[in-house]
Amino acid sequence: MGNIIEASGLTKRYGDVVALDGLDLTVPEGTVLGLLGPNGAGKTTAVRVLTTLLQPDGGTATVAGIDVIDDPEEVRKLIGLSGQYAAVDEYLTGYENLDMVGRLYRMGKRPSQVRARELLEQFDLSDAGDRPVKTYSGGMRRRLDLAAALVAKPKVLFLDEPTTGLDPGSRTTMWDVIRGLVRGGTTLLMTTQYLEEADRLADDIVVIDRGKAIARGRSDELKAQVGGERIEVVVAAEADMPVAREALAAVAVGEVLVDDHNRKVTAPVTDGPSSLMAALRRLDEERIAVLDVGLRRPTLDDVFLTLTGHAAERAAPDTADDGKTKPKTQTTQNAKELVR
Amino acid sequence: MSSITHALGDGAVVAKRNLIKIKRVPEILIWTLLSPIMFVLMFAYVFGSSIEIPGVDYREFLMAGIFTQTVIFGSTFTGVGMAEDMTKGVIDRFRSLPMTRSSVLIGRTASDILYNLISIVMMTLTGLVVGWRIHTSVPEALGGFLLLLVFAYSFSWIMAYIGLLVPSVEVINNASFMVIFPLTFIADTFVPSQNLPTVLRVFAEWNPVSALARGVRQLFGNLPEGLPVSQAWSLQHPVLYTLIWVVVILAIFIPLSTRQYKRAASR
Repeated sequence: MGNIIEASGLTKRYGDVVALDGLDLTVPEGTVLGLLGPNGAGKTTAVRVLTTLLQPDGGTATVAGIDVIDDPEEVRKLIGLSGQYAAVDEYLTGYENLDMVGRLYRMGKRPSQVRARELLEQFDLSDAGDRPVKTYSGGMRRRLDLAAALVAKPKVLFLDEPTTGLDPGSRTTMWDVIRGLVRGGTTLLMTTQYLEEADRLADDIVVIDRGKAIARGRSDELKAQVGGERIEVVVAAEADMPVAREALAAVAVGEVLVDDHNRKVTAPVTDGPSSLMAALRRLDEERIAVLDVGLRRPTLDDVFLTLTGHAAERAAPDTADDGKTKPKTQTTQNAKELVR
Repeated sequence: MSSITHALGDGAVVAKRNLIKIKRVPEILIWTLLSPIMFVLMFAYVFGSSIEIPGVDYREFLMAGIFTQTVIFGSTFTGVGMAEDMTKGVIDRFRSLPMTRSSVLIGRTASDILYNLISIVMMTLTGLVVGWRIHTSVPEALGGFLLLLVFAYSFSWIMAYIGLLVPSVEVINNASFMVIFPLTFIADTFVPSQNLPTVLRVFAEWNPVSALARGVRQLFGNLPEGLPVSQAWSLQHPVLYTLIWVVVILAIFIPLSTRQYKRAASR
């Protein structure tokens, strides 16, 4: 199968801020690519370039073989986009929103109406379909937004942080919905700052930092890069930290991380259970009071930390990727009322 | 289908969306209905009672001025609507669809014609109650209403451009106030411009708002005999002069707004 998305050397600057710094991406048809990175890494900018919303300063990109810069109109016919903030009209009902999108894809009147009802059903919004979106919960708005992206049955779907800001329940629902789509064979490029999300949904993960891809692979391949399991120990007294570190270093296969603030020591190990027992015996011999101890598999957080040297979450969660602020929802003001 | 048919078709979809909002937020409509009534009553009784122009029934003279100012202020709606759209998420949806770029503007300016139509109806009814009359034939009278709507429509495109330039509802309200007030007062709207100091008089004579007000008066038969007549070409041919402005404004601001929309949309 060929690549349905190909991008090479994409660059984009906003003044002094480099949003994309030579980003390369390929997504084979029918697969899910997770674009993983912290806020400000360039994820949203990358999606905006690939969905023709933004002109890159340099580089090339094609979707289904069509150049996004030369032929944006054609690309728009093939893609669906669901962004970080639900792009739906809150005065319209769910049904009216979907029908409007259908008509703007230039579907006929009947097909557009039928498709709108079908999608409401599929996304469990049938009951709310004839209520204005104003009355919807955050999770419902996101589902409607995703439905709007699917109106024209796009070949390629782009989801920009589909679950950011959702409560855990809505997030799980959203994951199920996305999984269902992927089973149907849709090619998907999704961005996320939730490592667990990429782990669960994506076939391939590209880790992006400061506008560049810094690693690519399947979830387990990335994890392999940072070794096997980890022992985590939280000690009771700060004075015990150096000794605890020594104790874990003896069983560790890599660098032992010390988090003074949380009095936590983390050590990568190869043979989990027996290393854990050995570590505990040493701690016991040194008479160190332990508050918490655990053996855990590496998360993508660890991957990120290992690859970039800094933790994944660094910016305020509400700041959009490209430095733009979240669109304000302004209360409607009646102009005539004010001017007269 | 040609690209113009596409643009109009997409524009109709967007206009429908804007009209649904009126249905969902009827308060907007109530103010649209009430403020022209208040306007006519206030001007008719406050100004009408104290301003006297020899040989002229002032209320008769005044109505065209009120019509003119109200529809021009009505175009502020377009600016506010565009600014609101740009700050809302739905514009991202529009951008990712294979729709004509200009159709968001086409739809917005089209749906705002309805606001002006409603306020014209309300002003007409209130005007008739306070004693104003149309003295011409039905086609001429319709021509007068049409002239108001057409001019307001072209003004909507200016406001749409401003709305895209400064996407903040507050700024647009203040900015339009600053522009529209002088434009509609230094004109033949409420008092004949003949008595103004020279600079203001020349401005008023060539101000399209004067021509619009005078054109409407002409078409409604509200131009009294005793009124001093300006020699300026613009006021000798008020309807033609107004229509020239309409064409010029549209020729400048349709491309300008469309370009600004694309630019704002690809930030």
